[in-house]
Amino acid sequence: MDQREAPDFFGDLNLDQVVASVTATRDDYHLQPFFHAPLREVEAIIHRHEAYRDLEGKPLSDCISAFAQTMRSMRDCLVQAGKLRHRYQKESWFLHAVGIYAGAVIDLQRGLTSADVRSRGFLALREYLSTYVDSPEFTSLLAERKGVEDDLAGVSYCLHIQENRITVSRYDSQVDYAAEVNETFQKFKQGVAKDYRIEFRTYPDMNSVEAGVLDRVALLYPDVFLELDRYCERHRDFLDRTIADFDREVQFYVAYLEHVQRLTGAGLQFCYPRVSDKSKEVSARDTFDLALANKLIPEHSTVVRNDFALTDPERIFVVTGPNQGGKTTFARTFGQLHYLASLGCPVPGSDAQLFLPDMLFTHFEREEHLTNLRGKLEDELVRIHEILRLATPDSVLIMNEIFTSTTLRDALFLGTKALKRLIKLDLLCVCVTFVDELASLSETTVSVASTITPEDPTVRTYKIVRKPADGRAYAAAIAEKYALTYERLQQRIAR
Amino acid sequence: MKAFLMHRAKDFELERVLPPQERDLTQDLELERLFAAMARGDKFLFEVAQKAVLASLTDLEDIVYRQRVMNDCIEQSSTVREIYALAVEAIEQERKIFWGFLKYPDGILHRSVQAMEMFVMLLKKLRRIAGLHADEFKSDGFVAFFEMLRVELADEYFQSVEEHLKQLRFRHGVLIGAHLGRGNKGTEYVLREPPKRKQWWRQWIPFGEDSALTLIIAERDEAGMRALSELRGRGINLAANAVAQSADHILSFFTMVRAELGFYIGCLNLRGLLAEKGEPLCFPAPVAAGKSSLDCRGLYDPCLSLSLRDRAVGNDVNADGTLLVMITGANQGGKSTFLRSIGLAQLMMQCGMFVAAEAFRSNVCEALYTHFRREEDPTMTSGKLDEELNRMSEIAGRVTPNCMLLLNESFSATNEREGSEIASSIVLALLEAEIKVCFVTHSFELANGFYRQGADTALFLRAERQADGGRTFKLAEGEPLPTSYGEDLYNRIFDEAPDVGDATPRA
Repeated sequence: MDQREAPDFFGDLNLDQVVASVTATRDDYHLQPFFHAPLREVEAIIHRHEAYRDLEGKPLSDCISAFAQTMRSMRDCLVQAGKLRHRYQKESWFLHAVGIYAGAVIDLQRGLTSADVRSRGFLALREYLSTYVDSPEFTSLLAERKGVEDDLAGVSYCLHIQENRITVSRYDSQVDYAAEVNETFQKFKQGVAKDYRIEFRTYPDMNSVEAGVLDRVALLYPDVFLELDRYCERHRDFLDRTIADFDREVQFYVAYLEHVQRLTGAGLQFCYPRVSDKSKEVSARDTFDLALANKLIPEHSTVVRNDFALTDPERIFVVTGPNQGGKTTFARTFGQLHYLASLGCPVPGSDAQLFLPDMLFTHFEREEHLTNLRGKLEDELVRIHEILRLATPDSVLIMNEIFTSTTLRDALFLGTKALKRLIKLDLLCVCVTFVDELASLSETTVSVASTITPEDPTVRTYKIVRKPADGRAYAAAIAEKYALTYERLQQRIAR
Repeated sequence: MKAFLMHRAKDFELERVLPPQERDLTQDLELERLFAAMARGDKFLFEVAQKAVLASLTDLEDIVYRQRVMNDCIEQSSTVREIYALAVEAIEQERKIFWGFLKYPDGILHRSVQAMEMFVMLLKKLRRIAGLHADEFKSDGFVAFFEMLRVELADEYFQSVEEHLKQLRFRHGVLIGAHLGRGNKGTEYVLREPPKRKQWWRQWIPFGEDSALTLIIAERDEAGMRALSELRGRGINLAANAVAQSADHILSFFTMVRAELGFYIGCLNLRGLLAEKGEPLCFPAPVAAGKSSLDCRGLYDPCLSLSLRDRAVGNDVNADGTLLVMITGANQGGKSTFLRSIGLAQLMMQCGMFVAAEAFRSNVCEALYTHFRREEDPTMTSGKLDEELNRMSEIAGRVTPNCMLLLNESFSATNEREGSEIASSIVLALLEAEIKVCFVTHSFELANGFYRQGADTALFLRAERQADGGRTFKLAEGEPLPTSYGEDLYNRIFDEAPDVGDATPRA
């Protein structure tokens, strides 16, 4: 799964942006592949919904985020150990990593036990952890670590520095001379004093002198360091595979939920869609383009929500209306919703009924490529042909502004041809077009259009509603505004 | 170690923020002349004088505490000046010590040990002076100061300090304790009692210096030497801090001695100048706040005196039991001077100083404010009356009962009726709030208005003029008169003979 690339339509639907912002700050988990693998079984989707619902509960989500945080610092320690050269340094960081790991596992196990989990996924994990925590493998990992660490903490030594030589010895109860000096000079103390202590930067690695000292300390305490060596050797593969996998996989849920919460915090709604692999009656209420919302919310702009519904035998939305009116956004939303649903994620909207497609296709306008040596129109036709060749009645297709690079007559002709084939194929489709006639080709097509505010036609509502295509409505309104309607022009010219 | 020569149990706060009316007071009472006389060209003494005079004491005991210290200073001035010179020397010597490598504990320690050695020498000197002269001082302040020196700076103490200073040179190397921290790096470096004798560590390490436990860094290994010195630095960091802080503390002790004695030295300077002229000085008798009292004999303006060849004219006034003193009378008849002398005496009394008078008694006030007529506002942002009222409003926002306000020709920037109307309602309100008011005014309307309400509620003073129109600059009690003798002034300036028939005031 890790090799899975983003599907072709990711860019067209702006899903690449969605995934990027969902997985931002989580690069180390390499979560993208999860978002590139849609599911086709209803049961698998429900399984994920259950896990999502569990994670919506605060006790569990707190527990998981603490676990993730701790595992992250555990990995940091291992990375640090890897970077260091001195053996005893590596081993010390390794020892520390094991300690953090053990704590993370125990806390997770306790957290899962006390949280009210109901999903099959989390229940299974709880079971697994309970067994693991009591296993001899885990308990000895812990107990032996404590012994080694206590021994190291007990190491106390002295350095006698004179000129260019340092002699290391065991600590022999010499008094703290700084404290003595401090006490003698205490008498002069008045008010707050300037701090003359030099802040020494502490780096994880050691310089040659520190390394030399550590070697000699090891000579003074040979048993302690021998035990350390042995421990690290014995427990080289301490990390449990299942737990490590869980640590990564759960981030797929957590990351997406966090993203959802950012948007619900701004007043938007998400829901668990009812999904079907049979019924093509789809609908959604108060839905929106996730990528666009993500951009608008930080700017405090309003996110326009749309409703849509197809009832049998309706299959195809034909979207018309003024430019910049939210047509493409509507088309993208439709595509995003179906894709997100197939990942088992909650989707934008207060309610949704969605279809699980076998494949998703998009046909968006492309830049002309010099390499393919084809004209734009030809290129579009080639692509549409390819889609029609691959698509099945269970596919979903989003077509945006097809055949704009030709005459209206051509566009009408080609559009009608293509659409008729889609109608025949009986797949779910959104088709954005400037060709009004395509909106009423069949009883399976539904005409929807972007709308304007009647009083000020330059203000767009970005609402897409069911209505007959009428390309002239907007033109009339905008003309009125600038006093360029027929009547107004008559009056003005008469003067 | 505390000097406590300005307060019984508190440091003198040289850094203290001055009251907000500080600028008005300084300007209206011409305080800079007073500070300059105290400082005699020493910038530091000027600052001390400024801070001490403007930060008035309000507690009677605190004032008396300083008066007694002041008296010791007058009587034992040479010893006091000797101690002051010692403090100045300590501060100057410290400044001269090279501030070397302060990024390293070694550098800090080295400098601090040097500073401490110098301080110890001067502290010993101070002890000797104290031993010789302590019994000549009588004030609580000095008695406690000398006692503190005797107790804190015992010979044994000096011995142990000097012993440490010697040890801190680390002739036989540094011994540092440590533990293992994260990554098995050394941590919790602690300086251990240093080896005292050369052979000491030989006995203590069984293998001798060539053993596997000794690490020798080659002289040309620069990185190694740096690492070694950092390690050493970590060890002595805390000790260096302790010694450096001690040096700072002793420096701040000397700084405090200099600042606190600096005030008295300034007073001695001023006293010297005035005594030279034969001007009288006295310790005032402060009266508790709330008991309206003002009684003086021969009260004069010391700043004016210092700028005159002759002695200044003193005034005798008794305003006990009244909150309002209304001063009217001849132009250039000494009204403003008198107002200033009251203000100065009040400030000098409340900082524990002597006062420029033969005798002075007054109740302590919470704060002194002045509202003097000013030149036209140079910024042209507001009219003159606006400016005056604005200033008054600021004062009103801060003033509290038991404060004192000196007004000099206030609210005269408009016609007399309006001005007196404004002024009288302000004054009435101030009096009701138990605020002592001294008001110099040309406004007959204003002064007469109060006079008619009952002369016993206020003291009315008038600048005197003699029959020939000449001025004595003396004030005498007297009802307000409807002219301020501007004519006299005119006559003098235009060198015209006074019209005898006009000399009597018009009713």
